[in-house]
Amino acid sequence: MAIELRVPTILRTFTGGEKLVTGAGDTLAAFIDDVEGSHPGIKERIVEGEPAELRRFVNVYVNDEDVRFTGGLQTGVKDGDVVVVLPAVAGG
Amino acid sequence: MLIIEQAAYDAIVAHARRDHPDEACGVVIGPEGSDRPERVVPMLNAAMSPTFYEFDQDDWKKLYDEMWDNDEEAVVVYHSHTATEAYPSRTDVAIAQLPTAHYVLVSTRDGADSLTYDGPVEFRSFRIVGGTVTEEEVKVVTAYGETGEN
Repeated sequence: MAIELRVPTILRTFTGGEKLVTGAGDTLAAFIDDVEGSHPGIKERIVEGEPAELRRFVNVYVNDEDVRFTGGLQTGVKDGDVVVVLPAVAGG
Repeated sequence: MLIIEQAAYDAIVAHARRDHPDEACGVVIGPEGSDRPERVVPMLNAAMSPTFYEFDQDDWKKLYDEMWDNDEEAVVVYHSHTATEAYPSRTDVAIAQLPTAHYVLVSTRDGADSLTYDGPVEFRSFRIVGGTVTEEEVKVVTAYGETGEN
């Protein structure tokens, strides 16, 4: 078992075209670091700043829960969870 | 080039007119990798603004999950400009995150929102990848298959 990441098209350049990758970690932050280890470059497209925060137009869900309401990057994750990175669609 | 059916084209223009003076937005969904926009899904503009649009996040998540399960994608992302030309704004370009999508812009400026307006409504399509905008031809067909296209 592992944690699944559903990769949006814009980030598939970092995953060799794969739409589904896996990783491990106890928190969303640790999971993203783990995925970054196997797919360098992906992290900075999801988080920004120091301390790291989710990018403004990127939404992340763990098992359908918007992590902005569950502790952000400190949201707990475990094997079998599904993480969805959903690019916002917006403009002027 | 964007190849789109007349019915989808008309639905996008109708939506833009209906929501004027606010910006209208939505997607046209098709099978993943097909480049064939088949089903128009108008989205709620959570910004409800004449100068900004943002897909309602909960609706977008729901639709995104459905598309994922059905191996579909947003082949077209459309929105309207209500006082300016149908060309991506700086904000549009800065936020665009769907490199495989055709970004369609419709303009309802200069009275084009009115149902009695009989001039052509600006309807243009672009690729927006890595901050670069590339306009492309729009070809409207009666129905896929009849023309041998796609």
